[in-house]
Amino acid sequence: MMHSAADIPLWAAVVVAFFLLVGASLTLIGAIGFLRLPTFYERIHAPTLGTSWGIGGIMLASMIFFSIASSRPVLHEILIGIFVTVTTPVTFMLLARAALHRDRAERNGNVPEKQGSSEEAEPDSVPSA
Amino acid sequence: MSAIIVLTAVSLAQFMLAAAMAIASIRMFRGPRAQDRIIGLDTLYINAMLLLVTFGIGTGRVIYFEAALVIGMLGFVATVALAKFLMRGEVIE
Repeated sequence: MMHSAADIPLWAAVVVAFFLLVGASLTLIGAIGFLRLPTFYERIHAPTLGTSWGIGGIMLASMIFFSIASSRPVLHEILIGIFVTVTTPVTFMLLARAALHRDRAERNGNVPEKQGSSEEAEPDSVPSA
Repeated sequence: MSAIIVLTAVSLAQFMLAAAMAIASIRMFRGPRAQDRIIGLDTLYINAMLLLVTFGIGTGRVIYFEAALVIGMLGFVATVALAKFLMRGEVIE
């Protein structure tokens, strides 16, 4: 089933183009921040720009485009939006905790100590790099 | 007129997403430690998913949505498994 972009009215085309450009440019800004920020714990914040409004803008554009082009509500893109919104905090929390564990075990950087225990974490067998 | 607007926006968005994918892969190859590489991979698949959805808008086909959904689900599982490996040294204990 194909829909042509010439079938939709002008205002819908403007709205679709706006949301597409917002989503894509926020994703690009997040990627640039991901490249440029100095430490890992700062870098982990940048790609979430792409997974929040990058996903949101492009999924909104896709929903508006297909709903108007096929003249019935097409809302299945919201599945990807909800899925990514739920899973991104989980993956980034897991990664940040893993990185904190590795930094504590190798005693490098100025990472905070573990709460509730004053002694340092024991250096168990952690693969380096 | 509306076709010109939508297709121009789709081309620009594809260019920006491809640039974001290139930047993420730079970080993935260069990243100082393993966790940087894993986040680079995560950003790379999210951007590839967005690129597929944008491609679907450009061509007007619904089939690209399903490919994007599969990429999202498998990418989540891969990133969680890699983070678990960093944390414990093995994936399934």
